[in-house]
Amino acid sequence: MSAAYERVQAARAKGRPTSVDYINNIFTNFQELHGDRRFGDDGAIVAGIGRLSDMPVTIIAQEKGQTTKEKIARNFGSPNPEGYRKALRLMKQAEKFRRPVICFVDTSGAYPGLGAEERGQAEAIAENLMEMMTLRTPIISVLVGEGGSGGALALAVSDEVWMMENSIYSVISPEGCASILWRDAKKVKEASECLRLTAEDLYSLGVIERIIPESGRDFTAAYMNLRTWLKKALDDRAGLSPEELIEKRYQRFRKFGSVSIQNEVD
Amino acid sequence: MIPKTLFKKANNELEHIGRTVYEDFVEATQTCPQCGFELTATELKDNHEVCTKCGHHFRMNARQRIELIADKDSFTELFADMESVNILSFPGYDEKLRSSRAKSGEREGVVVGEASVGGRRCVMFVMESQFMMGSMGSVVGEKVALAFERATREGLPVLGFTVSGGARMQEGIVSLMQMAKTSGAVKLHSDAGLLYIAVLTDPTTGGVSASFAMEGDIILAEPGALICFAGPRVIEQTIRKKLPKDFQTAEVLLEHGFVDAIAPRNIQKEMLANLLALHEKEESE
Repeated sequence: MSAAYERVQAARAKGRPTSVDYINNIFTNFQELHGDRRFGDDGAIVAGIGRLSDMPVTIIAQEKGQTTKEKIARNFGSPNPEGYRKALRLMKQAEKFRRPVICFVDTSGAYPGLGAEERGQAEAIAENLMEMMTLRTPIISVLVGEGGSGGALALAVSDEVWMMENSIYSVISPEGCASILWRDAKKVKEASECLRLTAEDLYSLGVIERIIPESGRDFTAAYMNLRTWLKKALDDRAGLSPEELIEKRYQRFRKFGSVSIQNEVD
Repeated sequence: MIPKTLFKKANNELEHIGRTVYEDFVEATQTCPQCGFELTATELKDNHEVCTKCGHHFRMNARQRIELIADKDSFTELFADMESVNILSFPGYDEKLRSSRAKSGEREGVVVGEASVGGRRCVMFVMESQFMMGSMGSVVGEKVALAFERATREGLPVLGFTVSGGARMQEGIVSLMQMAKTSGAVKLHSDAGLLYIAVLTDPTTGGVSASFAMEGDIILAEPGALICFAGPRVIEQTIRKKLPKDFQTAEVLLEHGFVDAIAPRNIQKEMLANLLALHEKEESE
């Protein structure tokens, strides 16, 4: 049995808390805000304002839903372009009112549908990546379940990115990887190992700053830890100017990648 | 000036015959996928890889593109010495890199340099479809980021030609991070008040379309190019329906408002030179 694949299954497991549980257990006074002011309201993204202890924060979360009915309403957590545009609208609002932004990531990926393409899924994600990089307020992202590719990254261009112990973060689903590389979707276990998608893998690659421990089905301690750590991460940034914040964020992403320099130019 | 062909002339009748026969023998033809017309390699090359009958745009490699767009002898390549590393020890990736280098004659999936176009200086990046279908790994991300950073420092516009199957899964999460890295470099270039024109060529998909391809101040696309986030096959599997024909072509994106204009190759350089000129700042500024 592949250890990485066990994590993939755990991250997707039925009954695992979803973003709404995190919002309800970590924040108070949450007021949900809907719509992108362009096309519609995307159920796959829950967003609004609440308090982290005393501090007002903007919360943006991908939500998969728990019951079948919810899952359908939430499009199984796969946002359409209007979801990413709602997220961006509320990030800009947070910037205006100098509120930090907390994102919860849980998606198998941006929705690959007809309407999504027509309304510019690629453009919506690209815009978020660009705008988040220079948002003049702190952003912390927490991966709570699945972090599927560009659709997850569009809520994770942040000052710090954290992962729950049993969450995964990957450029492609192990199923997709297996079927493209080996033309065999059954090789999903091998693909899970190769992709290095567990929280420990990402921590060792320097892609995330923190792993939030889980203990079975009881998330009480995890919520409490998250509240404490989020508060501290934001307090640590309170003294930074927006320019310093942006520079640090840029350098955080600028360092990713590994290249070899060949001296002989032929 | 002595024409180069002077040196290629046959020395005698025999040699001439021999050469002609040989060339005729190897001259491959390609069938136009759009109209079925048979074109020789020479015909295609002379017409910038565009079908002489129906105007279908075949894929063009990075060096041909530079020849088509940059003013003669103006292109100076930058960051040419970078190669990919198999950071995750992904099975088969080393061989894939080796064969792609051999196939494309390039070290990686993007060529970067400084050039002038219509007499105006710019930083150019041109992706290469022959190298793992222009997929974005660390080197592609690094070179594109460096291109924007250099342009920002020098106050230059960027011309970018994209062709990509998306992120390079053999580099896992690190390839995903290139989307954020390049987008950040584009944003800082943009915030400095500088122009970025993206030219989307067939195909521009996935992680590249969802990052720097769609971040141009002006986005042009070649006729018929496939431009999308999710590929047609993935969508068909998701919605369990056949997609309408040409659903994700440049022309359909133009209709939906995601592309500024179509740029056919016969007027592409003119269009770019004109746009660069329209953005030229006056000396007194």
